[in-house]
Amino acid sequence: MSSETVELRGHIIDSLILPKVLDEILTRGAEFTIAEIRIGQNRVDQSYARIDVSSASNDALGDLLLRLRQHGAEVVERKEVQLAPAPADGVFPEDFYVTTNQQTFAQIGGKELAVESPMMDSAIVVNRDGRTARSVKFYEVRKGDDVVVGQQGIRVQAAERETSHTSVFNFNNQISSETPKTAIIRELAGEFQRIRKEHGQILVVAGPAVVHTGAGAYLESLITHGYVQRLFTGNGLAVYDVESALYGTSLGVNLEHGALSDAGHVNHMRAINRIREAGGIAEAVEQKILTRGIMHACVRQGVDIVLSGSIRDDGPIPGVTTDAVEAQRIMREKVRDVALVLMMGSMLHSIAVLNMVPATVKIVCVDIDPRVVNRLTSYQPFQAVGLVTDVKPFLRELTENIEASAGANGAAVA
Amino acid sequence: MRELLLCPPDHYGIEYEINPWMSRARGADTPLVQAQWKGLYETLSKLDAKVHLIPPKERLPDMVFTANAGLTVGRKFIPSNFRHQERSGEAPLFAKWMEERGYEISWLPSNLYFEGEGDALFGGDALFCGYKFRTDINSHRAVADLLGCLVISVELVDPRFYHIDTCFCPLTDGGAMWFPAAFDEYGQRAIRDHLPNLIDVPEEEATGFCCNAVVLDHDIVLPEGARSVIAQLRDRGYSCHPLPMSEFLKAGGACKCLTMHMPQRESCA
Repeated sequence: MSSETVELRGHIIDSLILPKVLDEILTRGAEFTIAEIRIGQNRVDQSYARIDVSSASNDALGDLLLRLRQHGAEVVERKEVQLAPAPADGVFPEDFYVTTNQQTFAQIGGKELAVESPMMDSAIVVNRDGRTARSVKFYEVRKGDDVVVGQQGIRVQAAERETSHTSVFNFNNQISSETPKTAIIRELAGEFQRIRKEHGQILVVAGPAVVHTGAGAYLESLITHGYVQRLFTGNGLAVYDVESALYGTSLGVNLEHGALSDAGHVNHMRAINRIREAGGIAEAVEQKILTRGIMHACVRQGVDIVLSGSIRDDGPIPGVTTDAVEAQRIMREKVRDVALVLMMGSMLHSIAVLNMVPATVKIVCVDIDPRVVNRLTSYQPFQAVGLVTDVKPFLRELTENIEASAGANGAAVA
Repeated sequence: MRELLLCPPDHYGIEYEINPWMSRARGADTPLVQAQWKGLYETLSKLDAKVHLIPPKERLPDMVFTANAGLTVGRKFIPSNFRHQERSGEAPLFAKWMEERGYEISWLPSNLYFEGEGDALFGGDALFCGYKFRTDINSHRAVADLLGCLVISVELVDPRFYHIDTCFCPLTDGGAMWFPAAFDEYGQRAIRDHLPNLIDVPEEEATGFCCNAVVLDHDIVLPEGARSVIAQLRDRGYSCHPLPMSEFLKAGGACKCLTMHMPQRESCA
């Protein structure tokens, strides 16, 4: 999308120049927003309009502007961004521009550049050649990097509030615990299928509640059917999943009967030990120690797993990244091409992901706590849906819908 | 008494091609040029108008079309900024001539093309200005600023009618005769919104430049050959004075192009 701002002045109402310009923009498949309009009060008073025009490509916009210039539209010259050098590694200059998760453009060298990897709470660094600009986190900035300061020359383009594919992802759409969810989950299943059909990548961010509530088998099914390409979670979910695969318990609780097993409290420690002994999750799968469960399905399906550690972790099992900044870096690498994120029962991992993805990524947030749903959907209200529900019934309905449809179509999605 | 400015056609000829009517292969017949111009001069002189003459200048063949020299309102003269280099030499001559007669000269910024009365005609309570082929729409705004009047900007879409005075002629009863197809649909609507009693001119008469007419109260001096238009004008009480204009039509001009009002209006109020 390319855009420019134009101004119209004169007797643009009586001459019908304003409606002509707006019609011309629409007729050529472009879009406009009237940023400002002042209508002359008296007959001889001139009027003024400032109009933001966007078109699919630079060429289309150029042709359109050429035509609009004939009608007196003057392109507002954009001011260049202001740059200041980073004073030290990991430090931004004073008054650095703080990004949002919206698509952001920077005016550099007379051109408007799309800032790469839009993500929240970053700064913008412009390459030395002035041809690219990207969002960077503190740890990425190096002394002397050219960092955008102030607001000048920056334009933020808000994401569309709806998509043509589904009505589920409405602005700040929160489904309370008292709302029936069957129709919404059916629509979400359709969205999952549409994304996979177009080879979009789906990321699941999940907390241990998925295993504790006995919903692990449904997530496993989702993975087996090819609807998960990335899994971000912590040591906890991995450990309890292995525990349930090896001993049928999750933190000692029998998942079938819901009762504490005899000496079950040691099971998760034994599970950690088995994985440590095997050398890691993939190795445990290879050695046929781990033959079912979420982790097993991920290894079999080639799902990218990112395990991030926390201060309370037991173990941890091999493969957990315990350096939080390093974990962020790995996660950021792996969210770049994600089309949809399903967040279940994990507030902190979810917030971390919401800080990394652009506003164009669709978010499905499921939690039993309405405060968590509210908080997460407020990060990215444009294309998010939040459901207040236990994870298990949600995942059960989602997988049933997907399995039914996959059965009808005869195959799982690769 | 109305005052008009004409320029004798001593150096007139088809020496370049800057509109679809002009063809250097089809030159003007000099004795006929003189006779037709004299006919116009004499007709206007007889109609209660004081006709001034500006001396022609060699190598400026189109100087004869004084309507394109600028726009006069009261004692203010806005000289043209010609789009074509071939005609740009005319502007300082007209400005100097008007200045010597006490007119206040108000130049527009040089980057705004404006071709005077050719693209600016008062009708009703507004100044109708054409744009695209010769005049830039941005000059309309500058003219509105200078004069403090309502300017209706209309886009011209047929290159045969490259100035508004070739396809639009306001009348003293507040109406106008015009060739609608010379304007885009917005221009047509804007004109219809502001002027009642429009006379739509058929194409065969429009191409004979009947809209390129000099209106002096109830006398209208126009090229011959516009039978239906003349009949309608007579029904409205106008006296029509059709004149042969064949030699000037070869350059895309006729009676009105050969005439500039001094002033077109006393004021914009």
